[in-house]
Amino acid sequence: MTKSTTNIEHAVTVRNVHKNYGDVQALENMSLDFPRGQLTSLLGPSGCGKTTLLKIIAGLLPATSGEIIVNGTPVTGPGPDRAFVFQDFALLPWASVLRNVAFGLELRGVAKSEREAIAEKYIANVGLAGFENSFPHELSGGMRQRVGLARALSVDAQVLLMDEPFSAVDEQTRRKFQEDLLGLVKNENKTFIFVTHSIEEAVYVSDQIAILLPRPSRVSEIIKPSGFRHKSADHIRRDPEYLDIVDNIWASLRSYVE
Amino acid sequence: MRHRSLFLTLLSATIVFGAWEIAGRVPVSFAFPTFLESMAAFWVLIVEGTLFTAYAETLKPLVVGVTISAFLGIGLGLWIGLSEKIDWLISPIFVVMQTAPLAALIPLLVMAYGIGLTSKVFVVCIMAMPVIVLNTSGAVRNTPASLKEMGHAFLGSRSDIILKIILPAASPVIFAGLRLGISAGFIGAILSELKITPTGVGDIITFSRSIADYPTMYAAIMSIILLAVLFLNVLERIEIFLFGGNNKGYVSE
Amino acid sequence: MNLFGYRLPGMSSLLLWGALWELVGHLEVTFFLPPLSAIFATLLEIASTKVFIKALADTGYAFFVGTFSAIVIGIPVGILMGKNRLIDEMLLPWVNMFLSAPLTALVPVLMVLFGFGLQAIIITTALFAIWIIVLNARAGVLQINRSLVEMAHSFGASPTDAFFKIYFWAALPEILGGVRIGFIRAVKGVIIGQLLISIVGFGALFELYSANFLMKHFWAVLLVLFSLAFLIAEFLAYLERRVAYYAARRAS
Repeated sequence: MTKSTTNIEHAVTVRNVHKNYGDVQALENMSLDFPRGQLTSLLGPSGCGKTTLLKIIAGLLPATSGEIIVNGTPVTGPGPDRAFVFQDFALLPWASVLRNVAFGLELRGVAKSEREAIAEKYIANVGLAGFENSFPHELSGGMRQRVGLARALSVDAQVLLMDEPFSAVDEQTRRKFQEDLLGLVKNENKTFIFVTHSIEEAVYVSDQIAILLPRPSRVSEIIKPSGFRHKSADHIRRDPEYLDIVDNIWASLRSYVE
Repeated sequence: MRHRSLFLTLLSATIVFGAWEIAGRVPVSFAFPTFLESMAAFWVLIVEGTLFTAYAETLKPLVVGVTISAFLGIGLGLWIGLSEKIDWLISPIFVVMQTAPLAALIPLLVMAYGIGLTSKVFVVCIMAMPVIVLNTSGAVRNTPASLKEMGHAFLGSRSDIILKIILPAASPVIFAGLRLGISAGFIGAILSELKITPTGVGDIITFSRSIADYPTMYAAIMSIILLAVLFLNVLERIEIFLFGGNNKGYVSE
Repeated sequence: MNLFGYRLPGMSSLLLWGALWELVGHLEVTFFLPPLSAIFATLLEIASTKVFIKALADTGYAFFVGTFSAIVIGIPVGILMGKNRLIDEMLLPWVNMFLSAPLTALVPVLMVLFGFGLQAIIITTALFAIWIIVLNARAGVLQINRSLVEMAHSFGASPTDAFFKIYFWAALPEILGGVRIGFIRAVKGVIIGQLLISIVGFGALFELYSANFLMKHFWAVLLVLFSLAFLIAEFLAYLERRVAYYAARRAS
C-alpha cells in the first residue's frame, strides 16, 4: 500500500458535515475529499451513514451543518454536475428502456429527437443495443441496472454517485459489472463515488477507499490501493496487495458486524 | 381447459335458472314468477323500447355524478396525497364517509335540493367520492420513494415529478378507485330511483309492483344488475389490459 | 401532522370541522345545519325515548342476525370453494357477480317476497355482507402455505383435523379481513333496507323527522349511526391487526 502523492484537484469536497434526524446523529463531523477522475468507495457496515452521505452529496438530503463543494461551488440541491445510480434502479415501469434512459434529459427539457439520439448511444455503450423498446419488467436485474447506468451517463455529469448499484444483482453479473466499471472509470474521465458494503468489491474497483464506522458515524481510515490498478482486470484478484487490503479491512470491520 | 370452465359456468347457470323456474312453478310465493316468465317480460321491455328510454333517465344522474366525482375526487386525492397538512385536515372526513351508511343522508338531500336531478346527482357523488379520493391519495402517498428521489436527482421540477412520475405510478390504483366509485355510484343511482323519484327503471319497478306484474318487475331488476355487472366487468378488463393483472387477494376495499 | 413540535393525532381534525359546523350553525347560514351543540342536546333528549330505543334495538337485531348468518354461511362456503375445484368453478362466477352487483336493486323483490318488515331487512343485510366474506375465506385457503399442508399429512392428520387445525387457522387473517369488510357493508345494507322499507327502525324515524322538518332530530340520528358505523369498523380493524400479528408470529 503506497500513499498517493499526486495532489490533483478534488472534484468533490465534504467539509465538517453533520446530519441529525431529530435526536439521532447520523453523521458527525464528516470531512472527505474525492479526487477528480477517480473512483472513491464509501465502505462500512450497515448503519455507518454511507448512503446518507451520498444522498447529501447528491443534494437529495440537506446536511444539518457543514458544506459540500462540487467543482468549487457549494451544493444546495441536486445539480447538473452530478448524476445518481439507485440501488433499486428507480426505473419507470411504464416507460420503455429508451424513455427511461432519456428521462434525465427529458426532465432537463432536451428535445425528443436529440435526447433519444444520446440515449441510444449510451444504451449501446452499456451493452443493451436492441432492447430500446423493451420494458423494465422484461429485463433481468443486471440489465435493469445497466439502464440506470445509461440514464446517469447520458446526462453527462462530471460526478457519478452510485448507491450500492450492484447489491440487487446476482454474483456473476456483479463481477461483470465490476470489470465494466473499471473500463468506465478509465475511459469516461468522470469522478465516481461508490457506496458498497462488499469489501472485495470496494478494493477491486476503487482508487480510494474511505472506511466509515458507525456510532458515531465517522471516517476511520482512507486507503489508496495503487499497486494493482494498472493490471488487467483478471489479475487483480490474485494480486498480493489486493488480498492484503481485503484482509486488513476485514480485520478493522469485523468487530462492528453483529 | 377453457371448455371445462365454460361448460361448468353454463352448467351452474342452468342449475340456478332451473331452480328458479321450478320454484316459480310451485310457486314458493305469489310474488315469485318463473324464470321463463321473467325472460319473456324482459324481451317485451326490450322490444317495446321501454327499457332504453328508462335507462336514459336512470343513467343521467350516474353519468353526471360520476364525472363530477372523478374530477373532484382525483383532484382532492392528489392534493391530500401531496400535502401532509391537507391530509390531516381532509382525509378523516372521507375515512368516516367510507364507513358511514351515507344512504341515510338521502332524506336530508331531498329536503335541501328537492326531488329533481340535483338531489340524484348529489346522491351519486356522496356514494362515489370517498373511494375515489382515498384510493387516489393512498396511491400518491405510496409512490416509491426512490422514483421521486430519481426525479429530484435528475433535476425534475415539482410539476414534472407530479405529472411524469407520481401520476403515472399512481394510475393503476386511481383507475381501480374509479371503478369502485362507479360501482358505488350505481347504488346511488338506484337508491335515487327507489327513494327520491322513480323516473327510469325505478318507475318500471314501482309501477309493475303496484299492478302486481311481477315478471316485469323482476325483469327490470335483473336488467339493472346485469348492466352494472357487465359494465364493471368491462372496466376490470380494461384495467387488466392497461396495467397488467395485479392479482387481488380480496382483503382490501 | 406536526404543530409546534407536537404530533397531532390522526382524526383530530374532525374536532376542527365540528367547531366550524358549530359556527356555521350559529350564523344560521342554512336551515339544514343547526349548531352541533343543539344537535347533541336533542340527542340526549331523544336517546331515552321509547321510539329511539326501539329503532336502535330493531336495527341492532337486524344487523346482528344478518351478519351472523352471513358469517356462518359465508366462511364454510368460502373454505369449501378454496378446497374443492369443482365447487369453486361452479360458484365463483355467481359470487363475483353478486360482489359487484348493486344489491340495492334487489330490495323491492325482498319486500314483496318477505313483507315490509324486519325479515326483509335481515336478508338485505346478509346479502350485502356475505359475498366478500366468501371470497376472502376462499382467498385465505388458496394462499395457505403448501408445506403446512404437507406437514399435516406427514404427521398423519385426519381430514377433519387438517380442516380445523390447519385450514381454518392458516386462513384466519384473510377470513377476518373479509368479516370486517362484510360488517361495513352490512351497516350500509341495514340502513339501505330500512330506508327503502321505511316503516321499521330508523327508516320510520327518518320519515317522521323529514316530514316534520325536525332537523336537529334528523342530524342526531345520523350522528349516532355514523359514529356507530365508524366505531364498529375501527374495532374490527383493531382485532384484525392483533390477529394478523399473532398469525405472522405463529407462521414463523
